[in-house]
Amino acid sequence: MKFVDEYRDRDIAQRLGKQIAELAGDDQYKFMEVCGGHTATIYRHGVEDYLPDNIDLIHGPGCPVCVIPMGRVDDAITLAEQDDVIMTSFGDMMRVPGGKGSFFDSKANGADIRMVYSPLDSLKIARNNPDKRVIFMAIGFETTAPSTAATLMRASQEGLDNFSVFCNHVTIIPALKAILDSPDLRLDGFLGPGHVSTVIGCRPYEFVARDYGKPIVTSGFEPLDILQGIYQTLVQLREGRAEVENQYSRVVPWDGNPKALEVMSHTMELRPYFEWRGLGFISHSAMQVREGFAAHDAERIFDVPGVRVADPDACQCGEVLKGVLKPWECKVFGTACTPETPIGTCMVSSEGACAAYYNFGRFDRDRVQEAVS
Amino acid sequence: MSDTSRQEGVGVPVDDEESAPGEEEAPAADSQRAEWAEQLVRDHADHGQAEPHGEEAGQPGEVYQSREQQVLDRIERARQRKPKLKEDKITLAHGAGGKATSALIEALFLPAFDNPELSQLEDQALLDVGDGQRVAFTTDSFVVKPLFFPGGSIGDLAVNGTVNDLAVSGAIPRWLSASFIIEEGFAVEDLRRIIADMRAAAEAVGVEIVTGDTKVVGKASGDGCYINTAGVGVVGHDRRLGARQATPGDAVLVSGPIGQHGMTVMLARGEVELDADFESDTAPLHDLVATLLEAAPGVRCMRDATRGGVATVLNEVAQTSQTAVVLDEAAIPVREDVHGACEMLGIEPMYVACEGRMVVVVDGDQADAALAAMQSHELGQGAARVGTVGDDPPGLVLLQTTFGGTRIVDELVGDPLPRIC
Repeated sequence: MKFVDEYRDRDIAQRLGKQIAELAGDDQYKFMEVCGGHTATIYRHGVEDYLPDNIDLIHGPGCPVCVIPMGRVDDAITLAEQDDVIMTSFGDMMRVPGGKGSFFDSKANGADIRMVYSPLDSLKIARNNPDKRVIFMAIGFETTAPSTAATLMRASQEGLDNFSVFCNHVTIIPALKAILDSPDLRLDGFLGPGHVSTVIGCRPYEFVARDYGKPIVTSGFEPLDILQGIYQTLVQLREGRAEVENQYSRVVPWDGNPKALEVMSHTMELRPYFEWRGLGFISHSAMQVREGFAAHDAERIFDVPGVRVADPDACQCGEVLKGVLKPWECKVFGTACTPETPIGTCMVSSEGACAAYYNFGRFDRDRVQEAVS
Repeated sequence: MSDTSRQEGVGVPVDDEESAPGEEEAPAADSQRAEWAEQLVRDHADHGQAEPHGEEAGQPGEVYQSREQQVLDRIERARQRKPKLKEDKITLAHGAGGKATSALIEALFLPAFDNPELSQLEDQALLDVGDGQRVAFTTDSFVVKPLFFPGGSIGDLAVNGTVNDLAVSGAIPRWLSASFIIEEGFAVEDLRRIIADMRAAAEAVGVEIVTGDTKVVGKASGDGCYINTAGVGVVGHDRRLGARQATPGDAVLVSGPIGQHGMTVMLARGEVELDADFESDTAPLHDLVATLLEAAPGVRCMRDATRGGVATVLNEVAQTSQTAVVLDEAAIPVREDVHGACEMLGIEPMYVACEGRMVVVVDGDQADAALAAMQSHELGQGAARVGTVGDDPPGLVLLQTTFGGTRIVDELVGDPLPRIC
């Protein structure tokens, strides 16, 4: 396929893999790929097969559904189970477990919950169902927030009073900072999130290099992008540099997308704090709908219970999200927590570190290699 | 980051310590427990499966690796166990053809209806009717939405789907039944179109619809029109075909580009703003099967790759025969535009339904003959050899990716869900 195949070329991969191995020498390196999309690419294409054993990839917190705390899911289900409500959200959200079940379970109990591909689809549903109250459960980082913002503006222009947003948008920088501040962490560098950076650009990552002395390379989502990102990070380390670099410049402008940032800040503002699954409360890490759009803010319109559900003691999503534990090191990985019965959100989405490891990679590497050779 | 940057609004970092709310400012709301999750953990602890294995994380060297291996071994054992039905309500996942569907079948249907024919779990039952004669018998329900889509309609599917379930046993499809469950208010004109499609499809195959039933349900109790068809075919051979017959050394073939039907229907629902000029691949496979069986007597099994796609079919083959199916991603035929649509939605073509494609496992020595025979047929022009059957690791489908990496192709729990970004 055009524009895709060239980023999946085996010969280039082989060459890059060799260069990475030479650069790394005998030293151990741990790099975090921040974005869930990276994690999915790494497992789906078998990127690690090109990496030497002394390079360890740690899967970061950039999976939008993985960071949604159980309490927020319960809140959303309470909203959905009201009379005359149609709840809408993205496909990945449907299986995310709350304290009392998932959207799929709630749907089976009679709630009208629909999967949409874009918040504009929810708007369409609201237009077509004037006697229903349509709520869009907005999730995601700065990647998806602009489309929610644009939808809020459209709803406001049209005066669509039966449409509202249950806003759960989070921002990547505070999460990165929380990870960098975590005392048990040993990371050598980062592959910065590609999609988020199309919106916020590369500048906001400067603190990673400046204050923490770690290189960060904004990377794309094709397998060669990942290898290239690792290569650039290694080169920096070898040369004693720690800088922000943009591997994904074919898509990511250095200063991001000012228009997208503008609609976001026009419709949303930072919350004082927000709970992240496994990471706890992080200040200024999420967005809420601005006063000016109160008519479309589900949290103002409805009585949101504000449920808090403690993560089960055995669940170690937090450590996995911080990269402190590998998925398989979690106490319940593969036993109580599987893709069939995900306890933690990391096991739900195809971008979740645990689900990716379980579905794509959970097998003795040598035996797999032997079978396909 | 400075305060100015914060004033610029969202999406901009804030890292000044003094503004952090700190633990005490975070809401001290009463925390609830996720009872279902705690129970799940206790259940596994009772079975001695949830002993912690992450305690010495970070240890270098062999101890660490062997710990990962222990976890992998345990998962492999768990995978060999039959899936358990844990839910107390049916969800959409139970109808998606993946792990949740298997769990439902294993937990409810198999024990209740227990008999040797059913327990084969093939797409059809082969029944001995005396004098060495065998018939194939199958049934399928069609609930597709929208009812009409590029390349076909629910009427085409209702005939071709059941014909294909018979055909892949090597049977000659002969008679079908047709039951309609129609929602009050459904347009007669639409029903007329559906029936015309069924008639044309049946004529093309040479099957007759010999019995039927009609039920009407109240408004909002159905979704327009559901159709169930059952079919009977005559088995003219005495070969043993089935997933159990797959043997190491066999070749895996598919009869043409995959994923077209599923993507067509997904786009036809109008939920995704995407123009595409591919259409459903719905087609009857009986004639292709006949051509194939004549050229390659060493065919072990055939399955039409409907719900759950090629990946699900091959997982069933690997599990039933306790073999390893090894696929070469680069060899799997997918139309470029279908591939593009899949990439956009974050869905893998291997999990997308086809309605006129089959997966064939054949003796490796006859792979070339089988492929040539299929390619000579109109419906098999795009056939390709996509993999081989090995012996280790048993019960798994492995993939050599186009990129040159390796991974597992697992069975999905439910429908593939589009990714958000």
